[in-house]
Amino acid sequence: MSFDLDLNKRIGETEIALRLEAGDGLTVLFGPSGAGKTTMLNIVAGLLEPDWGHVRVNGELLYEASGDPWIADINVPPERRRAGYVFQEPRLFPHLRVRANLLYGQTGLQNQQAPVELAEVLDFLGIAHLLDRWPRTLSGGEARRVAIGRALLSHPRFLLLDEPLSSLDRARREEIMRVIERLRDEVKLPILMVTHDAGEAERLGTRIVEI
Amino acid sequence: MLTPEEWEIVLLSLKVGGVAVLLTLPPGFALGWLLARRRFPGKILLDGLIHLPLVLPPVVTGWLLLLAFAPTGPAGRILQDWFGTTVLFRWTGAAIAAAVMALPLMVRAMRLSIEAIDPRLEQAARTLGAGKARVFRTITLPLALPGVAAAAVLGFARALGEFGATITFVSNVPGETRTLPLAIYSALQLPDGDAIVLRLAAISVLLSLGALLASEWIARRAGRGLHVL
Repeated sequence: MSFDLDLNKRIGETEIALRLEAGDGLTVLFGPSGAGKTTMLNIVAGLLEPDWGHVRVNGELLYEASGDPWIADINVPPERRRAGYVFQEPRLFPHLRVRANLLYGQTGLQNQQAPVELAEVLDFLGIAHLLDRWPRTLSGGEARRVAIGRALLSHPRFLLLDEPLSSLDRARREEIMRVIERLRDEVKLPILMVTHDAGEAERLGTRIVEI
Repeated sequence: MLTPEEWEIVLLSLKVGGVAVLLTLPPGFALGWLLARRRFPGKILLDGLIHLPLVLPPVVTGWLLLLAFAPTGPAGRILQDWFGTTVLFRWTGAAIAAAVMALPLMVRAMRLSIEAIDPRLEQAARTLGAGKARVFRTITLPLALPGVAAAAVLGFARALGEFGATITFVSNVPGETRTLPLAIYSALQLPDGDAIVLRLAAISVLLSLGALLASEWIARRAGRGLHVL
């Protein structure tokens, strides 16, 4: 099972709950804006703690809280979860050039076998010519591709994609869409993707979970 | 152009100001971070305490420092018992007075620059495998650097001008605590001190102007390009 999630979180008056067991490929979380989809990705990434439930990815338990005060919770910190998280906005580090942004997640991992190499990612995403640029000089589509590259190069065990196609023009959308298809079919990492666009969900999803 | 005594005064002022800034930067940054990022009981009180030297008459601040660092005061006793030393009538005391007076300005500058850092960048760094210490070192600190630099310049300028707290706390000892403003004040008391006043005042204007230009330059550099998207 790639993703085995049971997430329950109350934010103000809204109760967010998701129960999901998904196999390989790309799982789409589909629903209207404001349904708490990003909240769920943040919980899986370890940036937000649910009230109770569990998070298991590739069989590894990343979070578990029963609500019973006598049983210790398990909560793996985000830096040890190895989620390749592509946020809704690129979130590139503004004080680092593209190259340093791409390699940020590789520090301390030199001895491990990389699932993808820098050269491969540059070629795959078509961003080799951007290496020495500053993030502020990139277009929206370029920044998004760099953000995807940065996530891929951090040795992720799974990918979280939050509306990866929003606020892009038609040509850029097609470009990123093809990248995601290749990630799904060639890199074969389990992917959890959030979208509110039915077309995207249809085309990219191995399965679609409506929220 | 300056006499050896006047050079000594300028160098002493630079030393006192420099040490005051170095002394204030680490705790000032910690306080700025605390005020920018944390919510805790007593936050408003802490904020008020930090800003107190800005609104108190400097003489009062100096007197409070004197109470604390006098041989019978809490800080003075520790210095005496543990290190066998005192800061009274010493340049180190002048540096402490300048540091306390510069603290509010420095904390404010650094707090603003920390508040301007998008916490979402720090989150992104966490998901890329960086622990809290590495996030602080590689993301928070570099992005706050323009604010730290501005704080240092601002604090230095403030320290150079410190008068009331210094003269109350560590008096006006030539070669030890007589910084530029105190020397100007002393020269004003002399019947033929006008020429000295003029030269020292000119130096003060130059140093202050230099600090202002430096902070402006830093702000402009920092304004370039630190956007999230």
